[in-house]
Amino acid sequence: MDSISTQIFQQIINGLSLGSIYALIALGYTMVYGIIKLINFAHGDVMMVGAYSGWFAVTVLHLPFLPALLFSMISCALLGVLIERIAYKPLRNASRIAALITAIGVSLFLEYGGMIVVTAQVRTYPPVFPDTRYILGGVYFKYGDIVMLLTAVVLMALLHFTVQYTKVGKAMRAVSYDKDAALLMGINTNNIISFTFAIGSALAAAAGVLMGVYFNTIDPLMGIIPGLKAFVAAVLGGIGIIPGPMVGGLMLGLVESVVSGLGASTWRDAVAFLILILVLIIKPSGLFGKNVREKV
Amino acid sequence: MLVLEDVNVYYGAIHALKGISFEVNQGEIVTLIGSNGAGKSTSLKTISGLLRPKTGKLTFNGENLATIAPQSIVAKGISHVPEGRRVFANMTVIENLELGAYLRKDKAGIKEAIKHVYGLFPRLEERKSQISGTLSGGEQQMLAMGRALMSKPQLLLLDEPSMGLAPILVKQIFSIIKEINASGTTILLVEQNAHMALSIANRAYVLETGKIVLSGDSKQLAASEEVRKAYLGG
Ligand SMILES: Nc1ncnc2c1ncn2[C@@H]1O[C@H](COP(=O)(O)OP(=O)(O)OP(=O)(O)O)[C@@H](O)[C@H]1O
Ligand SMILES: [Mg+2]
Repeated sequence: MDSISTQIFQQIINGLSLGSIYALIALGYTMVYGIIKLINFAHGDVMMVGAYSGWFAVTVLHLPFLPALLFSMISCALLGVLIERIAYKPLRNASRIAALITAIGVSLFLEYGGMIVVTAQVRTYPPVFPDTRYILGGVYFKYGDIVMLLTAVVLMALLHFTVQYTKVGKAMRAVSYDKDAALLMGINTNNIISFTFAIGSALAAAAGVLMGVYFNTIDPLMGIIPGLKAFVAAVLGGIGIIPGPMVGGLMLGLVESVVSGLGASTWRDAVAFLILILVLIIKPSGLFGKNVREKV
Repeated sequence: MLVLEDVNVYYGAIHALKGISFEVNQGEIVTLIGSNGAGKSTSLKTISGLLRPKTGKLTFNGENLATIAPQSIVAKGISHVPEGRRVFANMTVIENLELGAYLRKDKAGIKEAIKHVYGLFPRLEERKSQISGTLSGGEQQMLAMGRALMSKPQLLLLDEPSMGLAPILVKQIFSIIKEINASGTTILLVEQNAHMALSIANRAYVLETGKIVLSGDSKQLAASEEVRKAYLGG
């Protein structure tokens, strides 16, 4: 294969790996938005906590990758439920802007509270994967990249199955569509909202661990930019719709790695936010959203 | 079976129900009629727990409903078909019915209940995989009623089932309400279509700006001067 097409393939692989991380974070955004119409600005910071929990599990508890991933997901699921119960639930009937400001507050709390707990120092993520590389037609597949993609895909498939076919998934969809009607069915809406936060935060935690593995370093402010990018991915796919952020995340990852591949990596973030602006102007409901669906 | 005594309900500062008392006995069809804003929907929402009475007594089979969580009231045997149907428009017909049986654990019983609903509303069976948001208004009404029946309620609260339906469909829906009642479900029916409501109900209460102003046997009420003038168009 000639070098240009191998280059392109290489960027696609890189883009998909990065994009699957964005997709995982974006899913949590969109689930929380779908269920309580709140843009949870603390979501990226939950991812950061997930990265640290994973780091802790690997370096201190000496757990291998999968148990460490699970440890991190469970810790963040609990954190997500706590955040919802303490910070958002009391505001459920308050104005949306009040909840939004609270979310920013929670975000800052996690960032700077995190600095107190783990210090602002950048930490190196331990190498959890062997450094094996596979070469196929001149394209490198890092062992880690493959595990990352697989992890993301498996988690997304699990989420899709849960939301689409299980009882609790149906309850989630019911609550997100009409809370009062859900109550009339006997659904405990508070529990379902907590459950949604738990799942969303666990996905963010998984993304955090993968992020640490991908970039090798973590720090207490690492959640900010990926959080914003995942927000772009969610808006791109259509916020509030489950398959939307998966595609949005993957697309964003691809675009970014193509921009980097063209030698313009300093433009990467700018391009991401340009996409956000364009989507908001051209199709605010996202690629998969129907334009304006008002309930009567 | 259901007893309200001097119930007061507020929306913030708005006093929506002003000391309402009425009762529904086992096996009856009771109707609550009144014009817009009289407080009919508010009464039903209070019974199903979506709203809470500030003062007054609200009991079902002798049990105080005011302290039971709204999602647990269904389990007590009360099912509410809300105004405007409120079907889960993003889900299929069958998913809506399954949600109606959310608290039931008996798989066989749920299957049975779905069959029963399809028996009452064959149209729903034909459209079981359709997304409910694309159903016609009449079909959505059938779905809302079917969904409410899935919990096998003792008492069914119906909020304006005739709203926005063609006369022929209204007749059909009302005959199904009678059928549901005949098979043992007690019914509390809220209607603006006083004529139809009085024709199938045993007893009726007339609500005006949050107060009950008249009550009695529906035939007698239908014949009374006041009701005919105010609600039956002369
Ligand atoms: N969410 C609310 N906030 C404030 N006031 C409300 C609310 N819902 C109802 N009300 C008021 O309470 C009163 C009773 O309303 P309700 O919906 O019970 O009337 P209704 O008899 O069902 O009328 P309709 O036949 O039009 O449905 C009305 O004055 C209404 O404006
Ligand atoms: Mg009403």
